[in-house]
Amino acid sequence: MSKNSKLLSGPINLNNPITVQVLGICSALAVTVKLEPAIVMSVSVLFVMAFANVIISLLRNTIPSRIRIIVQLVIIAALVILVDQVLKAYLYDVSKQLSVFVGLIITNCIIMGRLEAFALGNKPYASFLDGVGNGAGYAVIMIIIAAVRELFGAGTLTLPGLGELQIIPQGFYDFGYQNNGLMILPPMALIVVGVIIWVQRARTRELIEEN
Amino acid sequence: MQDLLNLFVRSIFVENMVFAFFLGMCSYLAVSKTVKTAMGLGLAVIFVLVITVPVDWLLNEYILKKGALEWLIGAKALDVDLSFLSFIMFIAVIASMVQLVEMIVEKFAPALYSSLGIFLPLIAVNCAILGGSLFMQERELASVGEATVYGLGSGIGWLIAIIGIAAIREKIRYSNVPAPLRGLGITFIATGIMGIAFMTFMGIKL
Repeated sequence: MSKNSKLLSGPINLNNPITVQVLGICSALAVTVKLEPAIVMSVSVLFVMAFANVIISLLRNTIPSRIRIIVQLVIIAALVILVDQVLKAYLYDVSKQLSVFVGLIITNCIIMGRLEAFALGNKPYASFLDGVGNGAGYAVIMIIIAAVRELFGAGTLTLPGLGELQIIPQGFYDFGYQNNGLMILPPMALIVVGVIIWVQRARTRELIEEN
Repeated sequence: MQDLLNLFVRSIFVENMVFAFFLGMCSYLAVSKTVKTAMGLGLAVIFVLVITVPVDWLLNEYILKKGALEWLIGAKALDVDLSFLSFIMFIAVIASMVQLVEMIVEKFAPALYSSLGIFLPLIAVNCAILGGSLFMQERELASVGEATVYGLGSGIGWLIAIIGIAAIREKIRYSNVPAPLRGLGITFIATGIMGIAFMTFMGIKL
């Protein structure tokens, strides 16, 4: 596999930002009650991460290492303000549902972590790919969590542009099937992530930890 | 007075930063291996929250809110809305407060300083802190006193959560967890179960 495609595919499984690097957990859990906000959030994070990576990578030889955290925060905050204003203008309902979590992209440790670990030492194109790859790894986990929670919690899937789709047929409800209300509540998000980690590590044994 | 007490109890138990909003999860998961370091980080988070939330409240009230600049330039300020700048202002306050805490801890508790390592500066990107300020802004808390109480309560809630999980993780080392679930997986599930336990507080009517 070439180096560039490794940058893109690594974070999706072996080096996944959420389940392996343990970064960016907060938003992954909080906005996953429905599928649509999870998708919008993933796209926003991917955008901010890719461009923050490119900008930091372009500036990497000129930033003094003492003040790099502040410089990074300012760049991230500027990009997040951009995303926030665009969402407010074009997707007002979703931006209301995301509430403070768009702002919290600034403190999403995936972005800071990738800037520190990758963009400060690599060329702009490679950094861009790294940002996109990690954004995609984050998106995959977000979408799995949101799909599981919404499907079992409400019986629907909400897709951008299509609205709410009833997935579980009415016949099931007539037979006495009920939505699992617990899925919508916050603690279940944690347990779903725990199960995803369990499945992933059972398939990829080298990720297993000591204790 | 009763309002303040309600807000205090609510921000610790009912709207717990970790269990209800998942804020500050990264450092929560990374620093919760032993109770001692968890305690140190929890106290640092309380300190930073108690100072940044009221400071950000003042910034929001007198500079950022729509029409907030009236005290400075009179009636023509009523149309000025700087709230899009709040992210950058809040993060600047937080970053400088964290710098201050870092210097204080390094001077007075060098052992704790070295055990917290990279996670002390990372409080700056702990979403519980920025989250505290953003929730303060979203809920339009009425006074600087409320903002302080809210900061204190959220900080204490976070401390309780991280100490709880650290104590569980110290014990879980002696149990036979399925191999793929060891470490991160079981921590997530334990947090989820603690979250379910904390949901019982939602029944409290305040």
